[in-house]
Amino acid sequence: MRIKSPKDFWAGLMFVGFGLFFAVWASSFYQLGTSLRMGPGYFPAVLGGLLALLGLVILGRSLSLQGAKVASFHFRPLIMVLGACVAYGYLMTPLGLVLATAALVFISALGGHEFRWKEGVVLAAVLVVFSVLVFVKGLDLPFPMWPAAFG
Amino acid sequence: MEILHNLLLGFQVAVSPVNLLYCLIGVLLGTLIGVLPGVGPIATIAMLLPVTFNLNPVAALIMLAGIYYGAQYGGSTTSILVNIPGEASSVVTCIDGYQMARQGRAGPALAIAAIGSFFAGCVSTLVIATAAPPLAEVALKFGPAEYFSLMVFGLIAATVLAHGSLIKAIAMVVLGLLLGLIGTDVNSGVLRFTFDIPELADGIGFVTVAMGMFGLAEIISNLEKKGEREVFVKKVTHLYPTKNDLKRSWKAVLRGTGIGSALGILPGGGALLSSFAAYMVEKKVSKHPEEFGKGAIEGVAGPESANNAGAQTSFIPMLTLGIPSNPVMALMIGALMIQGIAPGPQVMTEKPDLFWGLIASMWVGNLMLVVLNLPLVGMWVKLLTLPYRFLYPSILVFMCIGVFSLSNSPFDCLIMAVFGLLGYVCAKLECEPAPMILGFILGPLMEENLRRAMLLSRGDATVFFTKPISAGFMLAAIALLVIIALPNIRKKREEAFAEEG
Repeated sequence: MRIKSPKDFWAGLMFVGFGLFFAVWASSFYQLGTSLRMGPGYFPAVLGGLLALLGLVILGRSLSLQGAKVASFHFRPLIMVLGACVAYGYLMTPLGLVLATAALVFISALGGHEFRWKEGVVLAAVLVVFSVLVFVKGLDLPFPMWPAAFG
Repeated sequence: MEILHNLLLGFQVAVSPVNLLYCLIGVLLGTLIGVLPGVGPIATIAMLLPVTFNLNPVAALIMLAGIYYGAQYGGSTTSILVNIPGEASSVVTCIDGYQMARQGRAGPALAIAAIGSFFAGCVSTLVIATAAPPLAEVALKFGPAEYFSLMVFGLIAATVLAHGSLIKAIAMVVLGLLLGLIGTDVNSGVLRFTFDIPELADGIGFVTVAMGMFGLAEIISNLEKKGEREVFVKKVTHLYPTKNDLKRSWKAVLRGTGIGSALGILPGGGALLSSFAAYMVEKKVSKHPEEFGKGAIEGVAGPESANNAGAQTSFIPMLTLGIPSNPVMALMIGALMIQGIAPGPQVMTEKPDLFWGLIASMWVGNLMLVVLNLPLVGMWVKLLTLPYRFLYPSILVFMCIGVFSLSNSPFDCLIMAVFGLLGYVCAKLECEPAPMILGFILGPLMEENLRRAMLLSRGDATVFFTKPISAGFMLAAIALLVIIALPNIRKKREEAFAEEG
């Protein structure tokens, strides 16, 4: 057995994984009920089974039909961009809008090809001023501006 | 004439100063994001959804709609001038539009794109005004079985019209349906797939999913590509198309408008599909097909009219059935729900000002776009010189603010990042996110209607095939699947999507 279409192979595997998870979880923890009175587990169990089945077909095809390779993953932009968003969310309440925005700008900038400190500082400043004017002053969103300790 | 009366009401709503202002903001924002590659209407509307909570419903919808059709205008500008499609639906405009610009005919190309878009906008506004009321009347008679079958048909149609592998698209729909079920089950109150995380009890926010799958994944993919894009723009001189240009393009504009209006209504349709279909048709019917790819004005006029018409008529299923035909419409439904309005056929009768105001605003917005766009071309192009390393952190800031403000909780940012990862993986595996998003929003609705239909029929599943309307949708769905599975058609479909590059 040789994988002829890696993209389909991994996609199929992903769908089988998701499908099995939902089907098994739904049928073991939630009531299935009958088709007349469906329990909370019925629809997800059926869909999960269907998804796993579709995944199997995709898997099967990947062994017979020729297809493209999976393009390589670039972990640096992936981690930096996702990390910047998470950091922003979790820094907002303790540190306030200004520092959270600065953190987002610098972390996400590390995901790019070139990083210049000066540009980062200017960009962060512009975005902080803009967010404060538009979202805090203009739209009255209840964001803290500074760390709670200084509040 | 009831329709005139209704349109009059609509225009009264649309030209009130506040609504005019939001319409202007919408179309300007739309043009802006249309010009900028890497920011689409989906991410923008998703970003602005939380903000619309503070607006009145009419103004909110007028603004969001303006973003969608405004993006079609903006996308054409960059396609023609710098050969970069600002919007996916303008990809085909690049082919001939850019060649025209290289021959020093950027002015006429821009002008014909604007004129075609405006004409298409006017016609499709009328199409909505005439087609929507009777459709809504039919929809009022729909029971749960009809709704369920309609959704099945809609989802199947959406996958057929999506790029790439059909079976992967269907799998993505099912995955979306499943993810949409996360949260409290309305019938039993049971918490499903929440893993004891209290934030998941209300389910995953649609906005969060859309921003992760489309916005974040797109930024990460853009960052992979090395090198800044080149921008070189010659001064745009003599804007007016020649007599010959007009003679060659008016039929293309008409055809494009027709194609766009028809395809926009289909589930899964909208601006993107319309522009590709129009380009292929123009190439087929043209007397000089050899000019296509070398600056044929029909290759600009047809698709640009089509994408605007498609963008607007895709509102019809959303407004009359409460069912989204593409991710942008799903966001519109989200906007309605934020305002406490249940989308569906009753919107037209219960909120006539909203319904007709929105329709009239589309015409007003199109007028604004034509008047504003040509003089502002220079400014939009300047924006393109902004390097991506400034652009993407700014986009991230807006996305994070938008998501965070949904419930003032960092958890939403985390979920967005999770879906960003999923979106990136899906992009690598060539699994389209759009069908998943449709499934995601329809998941709970489908389950609800399925349960009710089965309850009403006492557990008899044949009900979907014995009720005439429901049977029609089901048969149409099956027919679509069968047709698309036929080897000949499948090859054609793959060819059609291959041309999109």
